[in-house]
Amino acid sequence: MAAADLRLDEVLDKATKVAQQAEVFHLSGWNEPVMFEANRLKILERRDSSGIALRLIKDGRIGFSSTTHWNGADTLVENALETVPFGPEAMMEFSDRREFTPVPVYDPAVEAHPLEGMMRLGQALIDGVRSGESELLCDASISRDVSTITLLNSRGGYARYTKSVFSAYIGGTLIKGTDMLFLGEGKTSCQPITDPSSLVDAVLTQLEYGRDIASPASGEMAVVFTPRGVSGALLAPLMAGFNGKSVLQGSSPLVEKLGERLLDKRFSLWDDPSLAMIPGSRMCDDEGVPAERMPLIDKGVISNFLYDLQTAGQAGTKSTGNSHRGLNSLPSPGVSVSLVSEGDTSFEEMISDIKDGIVVERLLGAGQSNILGGDFNANVLLGYRIEKGRITGRLKNTVINGNVYTVLKNFQALGNDATWMGGSLKTPSIYCTNVSVATRD
Amino acid sequence: MNDNLRDLITDALKGHDAQYIELRVDENESTHIRYRGRELEEVNRTTSGGGCVRALAGGGWGFVSFNSLENLKEKVKAALRNARLVGGEPVTLAPVAPVVIKVHREVKKDPSKISLQDKKALLDQYVEEIWSVPGISSSSVGYGDAYRKRVFASSEGSYIEQEKLDVILRLNAIAREGSEVQQAGVSLGSAGDFSEMEGLHQQAKQVAQRAVELLKAPQVKGGEYTVVLEPVLAGVFIHEAFGHLSEADHVYEDERMKEIMVLGKRFGGKHLNVVDGAAVPGLRGSYAYDDEGVPSTRSYLIKEGVLVGRLHSRETAAKMGEPPTGNARAIGPQFPPIVRMTNTYIEGGDATAEEIIADVKDGLYVGNWYGGMTSMEQFTFSAGEASVIRNGRIEELRRPVLLTGNLFTTLESLDAVANDLSMNQGGGCGKGGQSPLPVSNGSPHIRIQRCLIGGS
Repeated sequence: MAAADLRLDEVLDKATKVAQQAEVFHLSGWNEPVMFEANRLKILERRDSSGIALRLIKDGRIGFSSTTHWNGADTLVENALETVPFGPEAMMEFSDRREFTPVPVYDPAVEAHPLEGMMRLGQALIDGVRSGESELLCDASISRDVSTITLLNSRGGYARYTKSVFSAYIGGTLIKGTDMLFLGEGKTSCQPITDPSSLVDAVLTQLEYGRDIASPASGEMAVVFTPRGVSGALLAPLMAGFNGKSVLQGSSPLVEKLGERLLDKRFSLWDDPSLAMIPGSRMCDDEGVPAERMPLIDKGVISNFLYDLQTAGQAGTKSTGNSHRGLNSLPSPGVSVSLVSEGDTSFEEMISDIKDGIVVERLLGAGQSNILGGDFNANVLLGYRIEKGRITGRLKNTVINGNVYTVLKNFQALGNDATWMGGSLKTPSIYCTNVSVATRD
Repeated sequence: MNDNLRDLITDALKGHDAQYIELRVDENESTHIRYRGRELEEVNRTTSGGGCVRALAGGGWGFVSFNSLENLKEKVKAALRNARLVGGEPVTLAPVAPVVIKVHREVKKDPSKISLQDKKALLDQYVEEIWSVPGISSSSVGYGDAYRKRVFASSEGSYIEQEKLDVILRLNAIAREGSEVQQAGVSLGSAGDFSEMEGLHQQAKQVAQRAVELLKAPQVKGGEYTVVLEPVLAGVFIHEAFGHLSEADHVYEDERMKEIMVLGKRFGGKHLNVVDGAAVPGLRGSYAYDDEGVPSTRSYLIKEGVLVGRLHSRETAAKMGEPPTGNARAIGPQFPPIVRMTNTYIEGGDATAEEIIADVKDGLYVGNWYGGMTSMEQFTFSAGEASVIRNGRIEELRRPVLLTGNLFTTLESLDAVANDLSMNQGGGCGKGGQSPLPVSNGSPHIRIQRCLIGGS
């Protein structure tokens, strides 16, 4: 780290000599995926990477450059300077914060965990799901990732934190003739995952519900989105409208809707990056602004939009600590950790309440439509038919279509089964009515 | 990169007890320009690079990637250690002759020779074209160009240096009325020729007009339709509905898939011919050698409706006893190569586009695209626009639709192929976490019977 730190100071020094303000963003880390294919271990990988990005404010404009290829501070500064005359007008200054309320997202046990343990977990996942069906062909990946973000700027702002992420995924395909059943479940944590049982159980449940093909479903009907279904179908079109840039530019359906009740009053949604040991959490955002819990939808009322420094400056408001960036581009606002309010209805109660409907678990092609307008439109990769209060099998050749603002204005129930989906979303099942479903026989 | 690097790499590959080792090093330079609304939101210059080693020993693969090229020999050893930990049944690689070569890319108008000022001036004009249309509430315009030099070296004696250029442009217009938001866009790309990004003023304006028109357009009712696909969307269709299925890594270790995908099986009518090949020159998926050092080819996947070929890496080709096709590609040094498409297209037929539309009494004409996905059984692709076909004529506009189908049966329902093949260069492909990989796809107008469409 020491040599890298000297480089960061050197870049900041040189940049500050030629610009009014400067900010250096450094990302370094490694990850180790253990990949299983066709029921067996296939490849062990290790990736090491690091890079530096430089942002300048000079004569009121923003310049930017980045590199993973250290050619000296001068090249980085020159490249950034070259973009200044064309850069956007700066409507911000960098943050001078140096102290933050700690948010634990690093567990040294991830680094200390033996590679053999990861290999064993992968094999246990495959053996576990194949115990339910020996003809399943499985892929699995077990991966760990440790990364450090360092941020410093000419206003004295400074932040550094390290995050560990451990993830496990198991997928299986069952082929009969040309019919294929796709099963899969994953888990992500800041701490090592050692127990295969919850993932295996989830896949075996999918297998039980989905083994037989049910009668086709068509028309407007009741749809239960499982937490995975909410994640696949509803979250992206819902969050698109909260991006401060879309609001500012007038492309969000939520423009001028702040404070209005647009959704059912049981529906609330928070961004909460302060939860300990959650992969999407962080003590500050990617511009060194503290990241804090904030309601986006409070009892159906649109309450906040997501801002980074520049977008907030343009909109005449304050950054909400929602800046996200990769190495190669300027920051932009986005949600960190989404939490959807829980209800009191169990999944079983939802099913038994439905005469004619479907369960949506996994989707294909979601997000490839007009999500900015709130639309969702996708093929149901894994979903089940509900008839007379019972799950009667798996859907085939089925598409769903709807709009999140319509669906969440009048839904039937929120589940009491809130579950983490990956490292940045916790949601219950949502029981909706009047979603359009079409099937090809 | 110079002879010094060659010595370092050659030396790092020497003296190991391994079945096979390959080492790649990339150097990239790219420029991105992005507008949101009329504001220029971002201009950046990026340099990146790094390398990787993939090793095969004792039946297992090991892989390491890195930014720094120091201690290359240690990195080779680390990849070998990983490979030995994996172990397993012996792996055979299809033989290829070692090659030592430098491949240069010449383009008509090299984007790296055009000033940032001139690039911006052109984009400013497109932004103004979009905003000249009344009713536009926002827009986004993104431009990117990239130059890459990649070295591939193997323990079998290959040393291949290849240059690659890539340019992309996306024009998107957004119209809003109250809380109704509609958008329309177009994506273009080129294998490094900036002149293909010029003169698109009319297209920019049409995109904006389309976004505004969509606000008034009704939704399509979900169900089965006879659809005619315009070439750009038909290219996305063949990529999703068949291309991925022809990638041998989905087949080579799966006995059931091998039965389904046996060569000689009929997939469609005699009018259907599908080709993939990086040896088709001048496109975004074109190259001379793949990332295992295998020369590129041009292969029929479907000939007269019958499955005749598939896309291979050296491992999948050997396992299936078929010739390698040069389709192993990695998006960058962070990843090992996997089987990918290159330039995939349906060959032109005899009919004109007008003729295949004229036969449709009641159907949909769909074009432009948001994207597509495949699961190996089902596929989806999203049209950016749809219009009703009534009694052989294209009539009113409808909202964007999602089309879906089954990979094994939909090609049978493809009943007409027009003669107006056109390549779509604006897309990127994602697989195994490697996205977006430059590819192209193409097709003439095609017609599909009983295609399932998601709608209200």
